[in-house]
Amino acid sequence: MGHAHEVKRYRGLMDWLTTVDHKKIGILYLIAGGFFFLIGGLEAILIRVQLWKPLNDFVSANTYNELLTMHGTTMIFLAAMPLLFALMNAVIPLQIGARDVAFPFLNSLGFWTFFFGGVLLNISWFAGGAPDAGWTSYVPLAGSTYSEGHGVDYYVIGLQIAGIGTLIGGINFLATIINMRAPGMSFMRMPMFTWTIFITSALILFAFPALTVGLVALMFDRLFDANFFNPDNGGNTVLWEHIFWIFGHPEVYILILPAFGVISEVISTFSRKRLFGYSSMVFATVLIGFLGFMVWAHHMFTTGLGPVANALFSIATMLIAVPTGIKIFNWLFTMWGGSIRFTSANLFAVGFVPTFVMGGVTGVMLASAPADFQYHDSYFVVAHFHYVIVGGLVLGIFAGLFYWWPKMFGRVLNETLGKICFWLFFIGFHLTFFVQHFLGLMGMPRRIYTYLDGLGFNNMNLISTVGAILMGLGTIAFLINVVVTSMKPRNASNDPWEDGRTLEWTIPSPAPEYNFAQTPLVRGYDAFWKEKMEGKNAMTPAEPLGPIHMPSPSILPLIMSIGLFINGFGLMYHQYLVAGLGLAITFGCMVVRSIKDDHGFHIEPDELHDKGVKA
Amino acid sequence: MMNRWHVLKRLMPLLAGMVLLLSGCGRADLSALRPQGPVAEEQFGLMKLSITIMAFVVIVVFAIALYVIIRFKRRPGDKSVPVQVEGNHKLEIIWTVIPIILLVILGVPTIKSVFGLAEDYTKDPNAIQVKVTAHQYWWEFEYPKEGVKTAQELIIPNDAVISIEAKTADVLHSFWIPSLAGKIDTNPGGNVNTMYFKAPKEGVYLGKCAELCGPSHALMDFKVKSVDRASYDRWVAAQKAPVALPADAQLADTLTTNCLSCHAIGDGTGWAPNLTGIGSRGSVAGMLVNTDDAQYANEGTVEENLEKWIKDPDKVKPGNKMGKIELSDEEVKAISKYLADLKIDY
Amino acid sequence: MSAHSHVDGQLPHEPEKATLEGRNKVLAFWLFLGGETVLFGTLFSAFLALRHQVGDGNPTSQELFQLPLVAAATFILLTSSLTSVFAIQAMHNNKVKAMINWLIVTVILGAGFLGLEIYEFYHYVHEGHGFTTSAFSSSFYTLVGFHGAHVAFGVLWIGLLIAQVFKKGLNTVTAPKIYVAGMYWHFIDVVWVFIFTVVYLMGKVG
Repeated sequence: MGHAHEVKRYRGLMDWLTTVDHKKIGILYLIAGGFFFLIGGLEAILIRVQLWKPLNDFVSANTYNELLTMHGTTMIFLAAMPLLFALMNAVIPLQIGARDVAFPFLNSLGFWTFFFGGVLLNISWFAGGAPDAGWTSYVPLAGSTYSEGHGVDYYVIGLQIAGIGTLIGGINFLATIINMRAPGMSFMRMPMFTWTIFITSALILFAFPALTVGLVALMFDRLFDANFFNPDNGGNTVLWEHIFWIFGHPEVYILILPAFGVISEVISTFSRKRLFGYSSMVFATVLIGFLGFMVWAHHMFTTGLGPVANALFSIATMLIAVPTGIKIFNWLFTMWGGSIRFTSANLFAVGFVPTFVMGGVTGVMLASAPADFQYHDSYFVVAHFHYVIVGGLVLGIFAGLFYWWPKMFGRVLNETLGKICFWLFFIGFHLTFFVQHFLGLMGMPRRIYTYLDGLGFNNMNLISTVGAILMGLGTIAFLINVVVTSMKPRNASNDPWEDGRTLEWTIPSPAPEYNFAQTPLVRGYDAFWKEKMEGKNAMTPAEPLGPIHMPSPSILPLIMSIGLFINGFGLMYHQYLVAGLGLAITFGCMVVRSIKDDHGFHIEPDELHDKGVKA
Repeated sequence: MMNRWHVLKRLMPLLAGMVLLLSGCGRADLSALRPQGPVAEEQFGLMKLSITIMAFVVIVVFAIALYVIIRFKRRPGDKSVPVQVEGNHKLEIIWTVIPIILLVILGVPTIKSVFGLAEDYTKDPNAIQVKVTAHQYWWEFEYPKEGVKTAQELIIPNDAVISIEAKTADVLHSFWIPSLAGKIDTNPGGNVNTMYFKAPKEGVYLGKCAELCGPSHALMDFKVKSVDRASYDRWVAAQKAPVALPADAQLADTLTTNCLSCHAIGDGTGWAPNLTGIGSRGSVAGMLVNTDDAQYANEGTVEENLEKWIKDPDKVKPGNKMGKIELSDEEVKAISKYLADLKIDY
Repeated sequence: MSAHSHVDGQLPHEPEKATLEGRNKVLAFWLFLGGETVLFGTLFSAFLALRHQVGDGNPTSQELFQLPLVAAATFILLTSSLTSVFAIQAMHNNKVKAMINWLIVTVILGAGFLGLEIYEFYHYVHEGHGFTTSAFSSSFYTLVGFHGAHVAFGVLWIGLLIAQVFKKGLNTVTAPKIYVAGMYWHFIDVVWVFIFTVVYLMGKVG
C-alpha cells in the first residue's frame, strides 16, 4: 500500500494543534477544562472572601455580579463539560473496543471551537467588563437596555461558539457508540460509563439547539435591536426563561449522568464485583434522560405559570427521584458483599454516594412548588445545586481522573497525595455548602454581593468561606500530585488496578495510537473480567493482524475555530467586514475539507509490535 | 482506625448542622423556618413533611453505606473473588416502590397546597389590595382602593387578607417576605402575578428582592408592618393628607427643585419613591436601619441615615437611579432634618 | 478498506453505505437532523409566542402575506425535493450523468426559491415590516431567515458536490456526501411545509 509515508507526521506543538487522535484530544480537553476549572475556582474563592463578613467591600457590587456570572458560566460550560469530554475521549473508544471515534476530524473541531469560545468569553474581563446578569442571563437585565456594555455580548457569542463544539461532540459520540462497537459488544454488554455517555450525548443533541436559538435571539436583541425579549416592543421575558431552561435542565443531567457512569465503573472495579442490577441501571439512566426534558419549568415556579403548570411540573420532578434512587441502591449493593479497596479513586466514588443523596433529597424538596416559593433563589438552592454538581459531578470527575489517569498518561497518581486531596476537598465541600441550606431558609437570597449585619447570617457565611478555602487547598493538592506524578517513570501496567473489568484495561497504558492491535471479540458484559475468570489475561482477537488505517492529522479544525472567533469579535463590535472575514475563513476551510479527500495512512503489522510491546 | 475516621468525618457536617439547628433558626422577622403567618406556616408544613421523609431516606442510605464500607473493606493481600451478583429482583422492586410511596405522601399535599396558595383574592372586597411595582432598587406599594401610594414599607392591617398584584417597572425582581410568604417574580409588560398572605401578629417583617436585578440587588430590602385596623385606617388618612413644605422659603425652594421633581410628598406626584411619612419608617432606602442605638454600619438615627443617603446615594446603593444631587452640606442637613420630621402617627 | 477500490464502475447498489465512513456519515447526519429539528422547533415556539405582538400601526400578517407568491415558492421548493430524489435514484442506478443533471435542477430551483424569498422580504420591509419593527417581525424574520440561510447553504453545498463529482466521479467517498446532502434538502423542505402552514396559512387566518 505504501500509505504510511504519504502523510506528514507532526511533532511537538504542531502535533497537538493538528491531532485527531481521541486520546490526545482527551488530554487537550483535560488541560483546557482544568485551566478553566482553576479560573472558575478562583472566582469562587473571591466570592467567598467577599461574603466572609457582613457589609464587606473586598469587591464592588458590579465586580461581584461579574464574578458570580463568570463563575457559573465557566464552571458549567468551560470546566465541567470539557472535563467530561476529556474522560469521554480518553475512555469511550477504548471501552467499546474501537480504534478511534467515528469522526476524528470533527472531534478535533469540537475541541477547538469549545476552546476559542471559552477564550472569547474570558477576554471580556479585559475588554470593559465581564457579563454580569448571572449564568442564566435573565432578560431584561441581560438585554441591551439594562446591560449596556459588551459583557453579555461576550456571554452570548462565547457560549454560542463553545456550544457548537459541544453539539459536534455529542453527535460524534452517539455515532461512535452506535457504529463502532467491537464485535460481540451488544448494547446490553456496554460498560455503564459508555451507556451514560450515550444518553448524555443524546441529551446534548436535543438540548443544545434550544440554547443556540435562545442565544441567537438574545444576540439579535442586543446587537441588531430585535424584539424577542424587549417588553416595550411586544417581546416576552418569560420566553427566555422557557428557552433557557428547556436547555438548562437537560444540561444538569448532561453533567451528572457521566458522573453516574464513572461511579459505576469505579465502585464495581474496587469492590471486585459486578455492577449490581446492570439492566435496571441502564433503564434508570434512560428514564432520567427522558424525564430530564419534562421538568424544566420547576426552575420557574415563581414566574407565575399558574397552579396547573406548577402542579404538573412538581410531580414530574419528583418522579426523577425514583430512577435516581434505583441507582443509589444499586451502588450500595454493588459494594455489599464485595471486597472494597479504598484507593483515592474509590474514596471519591464512595464519598459521592451519600453526598449525592443529600443533593438529591433537597432536589425532591425543591420539587414541592409551594415550599419552593420559599427556597427559590435563596441560598438553599445554591446549596442544593452545589451538592449535585460539586458533590456529584466534581467528585465523579476526580474519581474518574484518578481511575483512568494511568490509562491516559501511563502513570498512577500518587495515592497519599490523592487521599489528602480527597479529605481536604470532601470536608471543605461539606463545610462550604451544608450551612448554606440554612442560610437560605433563614432568608438569605442568592446572588447578593453583601448582607447587612445583625441578620444572623454572619457565622454560617464564615464557615462557608473556610470550607471554600479547604476545597481550594484540596485542588492544589491535586495539582501537586499531577506534577509529582509526571516526574515518575511511565510504568503503569495494562491493568494497574488489577481488578479491571472492561476493555480499556486489556491494552497498554497509555494506549498506543491505534488502541487495539487486533479488534477484540467481546463475549459478555465486563468483557475483560469474563476472560480473566476463565484464566486468560488477554482478549480473543476478532480479526487477524493487519495494516491499521489511521486518519491524517489536520490543522483545519484550529483554523475554522479561529475563523469563528474572529467572526464573533466582528459581530460584537459591529465590524461586519471582520465578521465576514471570520466566516469566510471557516467556510473556506469547510470547502477545503470537502474537496480534499483524506485518505489517512496505514500502520503496518511490523510497526505494531514495536509500539505495542512495553518495556 | 481508618474506619472510625471515616465515620466521624462523614458525620461531622451533620453534627455541625445539628449544632446550628439548635442555636436557632434565624430571626423571627426574616426566617422561613419561623413562620409568622398562615401562608408561610403552610409552606413550612410542607418543608417539615419533606424534610422528615428525606431525613428518613438519608438515614437509610447513610446506614447502609457505613455498614458496607466497614464490613466489606478489603483486607490487605486478600485475593479472593466475591460472588458476582447480577441483581436481585425483590430488592430492586422494593427500592422502586418505597420511593414511589414516599413521593405520593409528599405529592398529594403539594398539589393541594399549589392550588390553595394560587387562590385569587384580587376581586375580594374584604381583602386589602396592593399593587406592588418593583424598581431598581426599591419597592412601590399602591393601594388602589384607598388611593394611597407609598414606598419601601408596606403597612397592612393584621385582620385581613393582603392580595398582591406584582409587576416590575424595569428588570425582573422577586417579592419575598420569608416569615410571611414565599416569593413571586415581578414580570414586565403587563404580565401581572398575584399572591396573597396574612400577618395576624402585629410587627415588622423583613422583605427581600430574590431575583438578580443589578448591582444593588443585595440591598433591595423592604419592610412589611402589620398593625391593627384602627392604626391602619389612621395611616391611610395621614398618607392622603397634604404635607406642608418647610417654612424657610429658601429650603422649600431647594426641596422643590431638587427633590420634588421626582419624589412626591403628601398629595404630590412623582416617579421616585413617595416620601410621605419617611421620618417614621423603619429605614432609609430600605436598608439603612433607623435606630437611636446603632450597632452596625448600616444603622443610625433617621437624620443620620438620610444625610448619608442624600450625600452619596451611589455609595449606599450602587447603580441606583437617584444619582448624586449637588447640594451643600447645610442643605443636606436641612433637608434631612425636614424629612426626618415628616412623621405619621398611627 | 480503501475508498478507491470501487472506482472502475463497480459501485455497490447503495454506495453511500458501502464503507464504515459512509455509514457513520449517514447515521451522524440523521442525528444532526434530530438536533436541527429541535432548533427549528424552538424557533417555531418563539414565533408562536410572539406572532400576535405586532404593535400599533404596523402591518399585520393578514395585511402582509400574499399567498400566491408563497404558494409559488412552496411549489418550487417541493419540486426541488422531488428532483433531489431523482438524483439519488440515479446515483443508486449508477447513472452519474443523470444524477448530476438532477442535482443541477435542484440547485436552480433552490436558487429560484431564494430569489422569491429575497423579493418577499424586500417587499415587506417596504411595507414597514422591518426586522426591528415588533416582536412579531423579529421572530418572523429569524424563523424564515434561518430557513432561508439553510437553503442558501444547501445550494452552495450541493453546487460544490456537483463540481466534485465532475472531477472525481462517483465513488464511495463522494456518494455518502451526495446522499446526506439529499437528506438535508428533504429536511429543509419539511421545515418549509411547517413554515407555510404555521407562519403563512395561520397568519392569513389570524
